[in-house]
Amino acid sequence: MKSSRFDATVLTLGFAFLYIPIIILVVYSFNASKLVTVWGGFSLQWYRTMWSNQGLMDAAWVTARVGVISATIGTVLGTLAALALVRFTRFHGRMLFSGMIYAPLVMPEVITGLSLLLLFVAVGIDRGFWTVVIAHTTFTMCYVAIVVQSRLLTFDLSLEEAALDLGCPPVKTFFKITLPLIFPAVIAGWMLAFTLSLDDLVIASFTTGPGATTLPIKIYSQVRLGVTPEINAICTILIGLVTIGVIIASISTKQTEMRRIRDEHVAARGTT
Amino acid sequence: MAKSLGPVKRKFSPWADPSAVPFIRFENITKRFGTFTAVDNLTLDIYEREFFSLLGPSGCGKTTLMRMLAGFEEPTEGRILLQGKDISGVPPYRRPTNMMFQSYALFPHMTVEKNVAFGLEQDNLPKGEVAARVEEMLKLVKLEQFAKRKPNQLSGGQRQRVALARSLAKRPKVLLLDEPLGALDKKLREETQFELMDLQTKLGLTFLIVTHDQEEAMTVSDRIAVMDKGLIMQVATPAEIYEAPNSRYVADFIGDINILEGTVTSTDSALGMPGSVRIDCDGIAVSVEQECQAVKGDKVAFAVRPEKVRISPDQPADISANAVYGEVWDIGYLGDFSVFLVKLADGRVVRAAQANVSRLVDRPITFGDMVWLTWPLDAGLVLTR
Ligand SMILES: Nc1ncnc2c1ncn2[C@@H]1O[C@H](COP(=O)(O)OP(=O)(O)OP(=O)(O)O)[C@@H](O)[C@H]1O
Ligand SMILES: [Mg+2]
Repeated sequence: MKSSRFDATVLTLGFAFLYIPIIILVVYSFNASKLVTVWGGFSLQWYRTMWSNQGLMDAAWVTARVGVISATIGTVLGTLAALALVRFTRFHGRMLFSGMIYAPLVMPEVITGLSLLLLFVAVGIDRGFWTVVIAHTTFTMCYVAIVVQSRLLTFDLSLEEAALDLGCPPVKTFFKITLPLIFPAVIAGWMLAFTLSLDDLVIASFTTGPGATTLPIKIYSQVRLGVTPEINAICTILIGLVTIGVIIASISTKQTEMRRIRDEHVAARGTT
Repeated sequence: MAKSLGPVKRKFSPWADPSAVPFIRFENITKRFGTFTAVDNLTLDIYEREFFSLLGPSGCGKTTLMRMLAGFEEPTEGRILLQGKDISGVPPYRRPTNMMFQSYALFPHMTVEKNVAFGLEQDNLPKGEVAARVEEMLKLVKLEQFAKRKPNQLSGGQRQRVALARSLAKRPKVLLLDEPLGALDKKLREETQFELMDLQTKLGLTFLIVTHDQEEAMTVSDRIAVMDKGLIMQVATPAEIYEAPNSRYVADFIGDINILEGTVTSTDSALGMPGSVRIDCDGIAVSVEQECQAVKGDKVAFAVRPEKVRISPDQPADISANAVYGEVWDIGYLGDFSVFLVKLADGRVVRAAQANVSRLVDRPITFGDMVWLTWPLDAGLVLTR
């Protein structure tokens, strides 16, 4: 009994530690007062003024576009990389490449950002929207590759062989058999890539240029001048988006699981 | 009239015709995985319209052989000819073979119907024709009412039947079946066996089948290859494999058999009978009528199937050869047959099987009875390998 009360306390403290800062942020986004630390009653005014804050809105739009484009390119490249690493087991240095795909995960972002910056300068590309997209693609690609790779490792190769055997050429087999079956992993990879891109401050600040300020950069620079309730409002919206994403993802996996269980019940009954 | 080994099932024996061209030819095929040799310098001819079985213990290379024919593995050495043409380098999707996988490999995201239609759709057949063929196939495997289900909504046996229907749907020139009926119950399995044979003769297809069930291989095959560790031990008709195995390995692997090791004491002329061999099996004198390469002094094995051994409490008239005396040590009742394990004085066990031809027996043989086992001259075999 005693130990369970102890457990409950630890759990509460742990979650409080995690969520109280976020709750404070959300609560103050509904603050009527302009002073962030003084509660002046409930109001939605910051959500209204937020929309007319052109700088903030531009930054949000840039971030959304960077996120969608880099996540999409990163997902395509990451999936291809995963396929290459899992399927072509015979090329030399496969181990090296498998290991190298993890490097960007552990590499300090400052170094990734700096090296990309050096690359863009050396090649002579003007920094701006597309350099951020390229930078985000390079690092989100690795995450996608890892997610898809782990799915491919459990993929039953005889399914592809069966398709080939029935006269389906390899590329068509990929689109008709492999891709539909690994699709949940690909989507998960895309979501991960998109959130990572949405979230990134360091790499974006190294690689961005005029006219391509992303939301994290904008927020960061504004906060240095003092936190405004508008920032709280847009952050609350971001939190809301991420939460909805997580909920949808978990519901869909739960449903897949439920369907599987139901199918097995049907199978058990349908035995002839 | 010439004697024959067993009943003649159908008049089909292209392998006996030297001018016949094999449909499939494995020519000195070797397959290595790293340093492990899965198939070892194997040569095998299979003829058009033949129903050919591969039998052998687990891991002897049956699936590997099939995968090489289907195009999933390239032979390390040797070549495979299909209708006289070397098919090495031809990708699986251009080979006129279809395979039923040991693991079924059904597409989990497609319904039963879609699974079966998949191969037909690759040939761009008109929709109506595809639907008709799918229906026909599902009827064959008795799964019409399951057409709209996904594979994971089916039982193991049902899945196996979907896999069978899918591989048959395209009516390939060569159908490769890797343990096609393993998950079916006995009755359905027998039904499907006969349906397969029927289909094969009707459509004129060539079947290559892997099975662990010897009875099944005997039932369906024109010829059987017995394999061991990547080698072919014998290729012959079911009756030949059973009645005239060429080695201890094949004799022991197929069915039930008594094997006694011994030495040839005399052959042929000495006995005055053409093709007769006398063997001394550590005190048991055995006489066999058989064409045989062994000469006096050779170490050979004598083999006789239990159902050819007669069991009786009475001493036979002639006990100079092919008669042993012992105690009934165990009895296996199988319904149609009873198997008696008889222990000889020196501890060796010889099995005799008796068909239970009548329901009631006057003088039943029971545990501890002393009995005589006898067999005729042409019942046993001399195995030199
Ligand atoms: N891809 C592979 N890599 C390494 N070894 C392999 C591979 N495929 C098969 N083998 C080995 O080759 C041998 C023959 O395998 P195969 O699958 O042909 O056996 P099988 O006769 O079909 O056995 P079973 O009756 O159990 O299905 C086995 O010892 C197996 O371990
Ligand atoms: Mg096998």
